[in-house]
Amino acid sequence: MTSEIILAGFGGQGILFAGKVLAYCGLTASKELSWLPSYGPEMRGGTANCSVCISDQPIGSPLVLEPDFLIAMNIPSYDKFIGTVKPGGKAFIDSTLIDEKTERTDIEAFYVPATQLSADNNLNGMANIILLGKLIKETGLFDMELIRKGLEKCIPPKKANLIESNIKAIETGFNY
Amino acid sequence: MERNLMKGNEALAEAAIRAGCKCFFGYPITPQTELAAYMAKRMAKAGGVFLQAESEIAAINMVLGASSTGVRAMTSSSSPGVSLKAEGVSYMAGSDLPGVIINVQRGGPGLGGIQPSQADYWQATRAMGHGDFHILVFAPSSVQEMVDMVIKAFDLADEFRMPAMILADGLLGQMMEPVSFPEITAKTIEKPWATNGHKNARKHNIVNSLYLQAPDLQRTVQERFERYEKIKQTHTEAESYLTEDAEIIVTAYGATARVAKSAVNAAREAGLKVGMVRPKTLWPFPVRELNEGCKNAKAVLCVEMSMGQMIDDVKLALNCSLPVHFFGRTGGVIPTPNDVLAEIQKIGGAL
Amino acid sequence: MAVVFERPKSLVDVSTHYCPGCTHGIIHRILCEVIDEMGIEGDTIGVCPVGCSVMAYDYFRCDMIEAPHGRAPAVATGAKRSNPDKYVFTYQGDGDLAAIGTAETVHSATRGENIVVIFVNNTTYGMTGGQMAPTTLPGQVTQTTPFGRDTDLAGFPVRVCEMLSTLDGVALAQRVAVDSVPHVREAKNAIRKAFENQKEKKGFSIIEVLSTCPTNWGLTPIEALGRLRNECIPYYPLGVYKDKYAEEVAK
Repeated sequence: MTSEIILAGFGGQGILFAGKVLAYCGLTASKELSWLPSYGPEMRGGTANCSVCISDQPIGSPLVLEPDFLIAMNIPSYDKFIGTVKPGGKAFIDSTLIDEKTERTDIEAFYVPATQLSADNNLNGMANIILLGKLIKETGLFDMELIRKGLEKCIPPKKANLIESNIKAIETGFNY
Repeated sequence: MERNLMKGNEALAEAAIRAGCKCFFGYPITPQTELAAYMAKRMAKAGGVFLQAESEIAAINMVLGASSTGVRAMTSSSSPGVSLKAEGVSYMAGSDLPGVIINVQRGGPGLGGIQPSQADYWQATRAMGHGDFHILVFAPSSVQEMVDMVIKAFDLADEFRMPAMILADGLLGQMMEPVSFPEITAKTIEKPWATNGHKNARKHNIVNSLYLQAPDLQRTVQERFERYEKIKQTHTEAESYLTEDAEIIVTAYGATARVAKSAVNAAREAGLKVGMVRPKTLWPFPVRELNEGCKNAKAVLCVEMSMGQMIDDVKLALNCSLPVHFFGRTGGVIPTPNDVLAEIQKIGGAL
Repeated sequence: MAVVFERPKSLVDVSTHYCPGCTHGIIHRILCEVIDEMGIEGDTIGVCPVGCSVMAYDYFRCDMIEAPHGRAPAVATGAKRSNPDKYVFTYQGDGDLAAIGTAETVHSATRGENIVVIFVNNTTYGMTGGQMAPTTLPGQVTQTTPFGRDTDLAGFPVRVCEMLSTLDGVALAQRVAVDSVPHVREAKNAIRKAFENQKEKKGFSIIEVLSTCPTNWGLTPIEALGRLRNECIPYYPLGVYKDKYAEEVAK
């Protein structure tokens, strides 16, 4: 069983970080995994995306072309990737920033006003993690205990104070 | 063993430090810059030297200077920067100096692009500078192999007194994968030739690549090539995957081999007898291993992120015994498993 | 009988490949005298350039590295950074140091690499048969400036000590000459000071030695010394261009 995930949005939205959280959860769960960022000028304020593969088998190509799961946090990313989601796949869309609904009926789309939720819950800048919480709930990839462990590995010790707010963001998305 | 999650570029750096690399000299270039940044953070604490050079040319020559004194030294860059290092690599080869050079390849020629590529195969295996010489070339296909091969590169470079290169690419450099660091007992190889101050206890040592008498230079180069012959006999490496009954053998190295492997698996599911031989050393090229893997093959497909460079070595190794097909993407475009599968099916249909 | 004058111990007893009348021999000698006097031959690593002194590794008895053209300061940086307790010097000509190796020169200087650079300036490319160097004087005839260096076409000479003296990493930048006995003495003292600087970890010291090339200048050795005195020194005035620690003491 392999889960291929694309996370995409603007640079600065924590796209690569949210991907890293998934990767560290995979590491903690003793899975095979890969994390591959888009790199170069795209990172500087343009669109950023990353591919994450989590599997019981060794990962072949780490570049995800047809994701099982998509997190989209801006319109260009939504436009670019919504059509690539595998039939039967799931898309998680920040509906505060993306005012569109997909016409695809062969995938499940979840519209989460993540940016609004982050503002309402004193979780500024954590829309990425809120969407991740929703993804965790709808895919069952990892349980909460594992996510906490993954976050602890992912967040450097000197920023350990951020672990609790990240957990809160995960829960906010999970419970939406 | 503890699994860490690291970028390929960072894993290369950490492996070098653990292999006893005492000096790193670099210059920023995408997509390998994390390596220098990691060294900047870690090297001093590990008791070594990190220095950002004024150019790739200076960086390789700092490696030359440090290596002359007997310490393990490394530099890293990406394609355009590696071209600038060619002069220094040639001098190091001509002076019988060890040293490790990392090339996290990107698209070329010229400034090219910054996306992953394998278009420097010819440069690495044929012409990493002027003159008659070879360097050891390792082609990792995972972050773990980047670690293992850096350690091996330092050991063999010291043993055979020649530069060694890790020929990676932007995809491997940028991706994160679980990686473990083996317990390393850094080989200590005596270097009686090192120019580290004779302390009035021996004759003065000279590190030099100049031989003005043609017969002297010829003899020196011939002796070096005798050493190369020994390495060819003993230090080739390749991974053979599902080759036993394979009628079609896919050859690919580095990141491309990961894509090819996915395609081989898909082809097997479709009932095709397909296997893969993945060279792990590019110089010396695993001639024996490839022929062994092809013993039941009727055709070979070489897949690369270039217009076809390793295919030359594949053909030379097989010596016209099999038809060799090619599929490549270049300029930073990464081939997909479906692309490769389609090529396999095309070849399979014609068998 | 007391020996009052002999070959320095660190200068290997072989005939050199230098042309008759070339002043490299003098500069080699005073450098070796300094190494002997400081008793540091066993702790010294020298770096040769490409150019006339490319084979100086056969003449200096300390450990020697032969660097690619212009890269001696980078090679010396690698050697010194990995061996901070050793003395490291480069011995470079004007083409090597001020043309193809300008970047390496400037950056090792501004980093304050704790090395000694002996810069032999004879205003021409000697090894390749006398072409224009970055230090060739305006009007000077060379193989590649057959009508004299035309500054409209070929630009102006580089004054290395003046240029490097603006850099904070430079401890000592001094120009000397070997055209006369007093000047040779002065040159030796400067080289000694540069090595003392390295001993005291003061940073980058460059001694520019104005030198001759009778063969490519087309002059007798005596005439060449005359040209050095009458044409080169006026364009490249001798003196201390920077002495960071003297300045600090003065403050």
